Amino acid sequence: MSTTTTVPVRTATPIPPKREIASTREDFPILKRMIHGSPIVYLDSAATTQKPEAVINALVDYYHQTNANVHRGLYALAAQATDKYEGARAKVAKFIGAAETEEIVFTRNTTESINLVAQSWGSRNLKSGDEILVSEMEHHSNLVPWFLLAKRTGAVVRHIPILDDGTLDLSKWNERFTNRARLVALTHVSNVLGTINPIAEIAERVHKHGALLLVDGAQGVPHMPVNVATLGADFVAFSAHKMLGPTGVGVLWGRRELLESMDPFLGGGDMIRTVSMTDATWNDSPWKFEAGTPNIADVIGFGAAIDYLESIGMNEVRRHEIELTEYALEKMHAVDELEIHGPADSLVRAGVISFNHSDIHPHDLSTYLDRKGVAIRAGHHCAQPLMERLGQNATARASFYIYNNREDIDTLIDALQSAGRFFGRR
Amino acid sequence: MDDGRNDIELDALYRDTVLDHFRSPRGHKTLDRIDLTRDGYNPVCGDRITMSVKLSDNAVEDVAVNCKGCVISVASASMLAELLPGKSREEALRLADAFKRMMHGHPPPPGLDIGDLDALDGVKNFPVRVKCALLAWMTLIDALEEAEKKGDAPDRSTTTE
Ligand SMILES: Cc1ncc(COP(=O)(O)O)c(C=O)c1O
Repeated sequence: MSTTTTVPVRTATPIPPKREIASTREDFPILKRMIHGSPIVYLDSAATTQKPEAVINALVDYYHQTNANVHRGLYALAAQATDKYEGARAKVAKFIGAAETEEIVFTRNTTESINLVAQSWGSRNLKSGDEILVSEMEHHSNLVPWFLLAKRTGAVVRHIPILDDGTLDLSKWNERFTNRARLVALTHVSNVLGTINPIAEIAERVHKHGALLLVDGAQGVPHMPVNVATLGADFVAFSAHKMLGPTGVGVLWGRRELLESMDPFLGGGDMIRTVSMTDATWNDSPWKFEAGTPNIADVIGFGAAIDYLESIGMNEVRRHEIELTEYALEKMHAVDELEIHGPADSLVRAGVISFNHSDIHPHDLSTYLDRKGVAIRAGHHCAQPLMERLGQNATARASFYIYNNREDIDTLIDALQSAGRFFGRR
Repeated sequence: MDDGRNDIELDALYRDTVLDHFRSPRGHKTLDRIDLTRDGYNPVCGDRITMSVKLSDNAVEDVAVNCKGCVISVASASMLAELLPGKSREEALRLADAFKRMMHGHPPPPGLDIGDLDALDGVKNFPVRVKCALLAWMTLIDALEEAEKKGDAPDRSTTTE
């Protein structure tokens, strides 16, 4: 084989022209499916979003054209795979306004990103009696890693309660945030209530006392412009699959000096600089945290998801969700049997609406709606402490994304009304 | 569009008998003596049940159940409370086994009196709801089996996982 042979590679899909949000639905092949004989109305994007053709194609293209292991081979394919993988890192960095590309660590999901901080930062920096502050609206993935860390170190986990309107009770801040607090771990947006927390204001309080702020961005980054330069957090964790990307990719953003001061997470290939028979030295961040062959294809697919979101613009994504949320809240308030949880003001809430029907258990509602083609979530949404606070074993939840429209909400309302008649029959 | 078929399956899941048990659950009472008690929990949906059993001569004299959950789990618990009094331990376990098998598509053995349970036959077409129907029965099985092992009331709880 001649050394000058080059591998034919389709050039990276150029960033598509500005996309109208109203027409994005066409780009999602799955939304053309029928479920139980009805066109699918997908209202569970808070769990995971659907994927546009561009993301699916990026995965297929990668395996057709570029597949090779990254950071290792000296041949053209490996170099191209590495470029695409690292190129996706640069896209993520730009997307969230990170100062440096090296501040982006790829993980499997939000959960792993939070566990990484608990392990690599927490084990070294916390001692017995130190405090970690969380909130009553956290997802289990922003609670359990801290409980585990507390067990290992003797640290204590305290929490900020919420008010009846679904916002944080900041009047309890001074009582709960003591001078032993070392870390506050807080969600940007509640996956149940939709509440958008005032991160910048909280960051100021946290930093005044020299503590750190980790933000669970799983429901924030996908749905509104988030710029880590102004957000005020020290760490932000989020998942590709909740923002049009493939499953199996998460991000941890951390301020560079913090990442550099932290211990590795897992040990193995790629995360080392040198290894002897008894010891090793670490690679630089972020590779120090990415042991073993990473999820190359899905990271590249995530890059395509970011291109897609940027072609719409995150301001537009947010504007669309505010509009849909207002429309849905108004329609839902008109159904007497519904109790709607979370803030009333759509400017402090995202496109997530949890509710209970006075006569129908969320599980029954979800089964019924499914047969009308409407996919909603029912359960505790991995937020059992919050369920307790709401006085519910479970709630129903509808959540929106770019491909949802008013007709989806009309279908939901019709189905809710017919469910009321069905279960109320005598 | 085949709304027709969906409506038929929904009707078969939520029969009138089932809704009736849901609206006025049997066995919602306090026993004058409790020999076995056990809690059950479905971690997927948060449904909870508390079951108490009064025994006499190795038979179930009476059962109290308190189930907080969906139509299917509440109705199934109510049917259990209606069926069980007077059954021997073995009969109770045989009934539980037959119902479990029914939920996986096997008809109950001929001649076995399954009371209203037959109205829950439609659940088998909704696999994700089978756990709801089984919550009360798994709790019963664990209560009876644990009691057999230890000779007294257990303090653990049952989950559908
Ligand atoms: C607020 C919040 N945090 C964390 C997670 C966990 O995300 P993942 O399952 O991708 O780790 C979720 C998703 O369910 C979430 O909504």
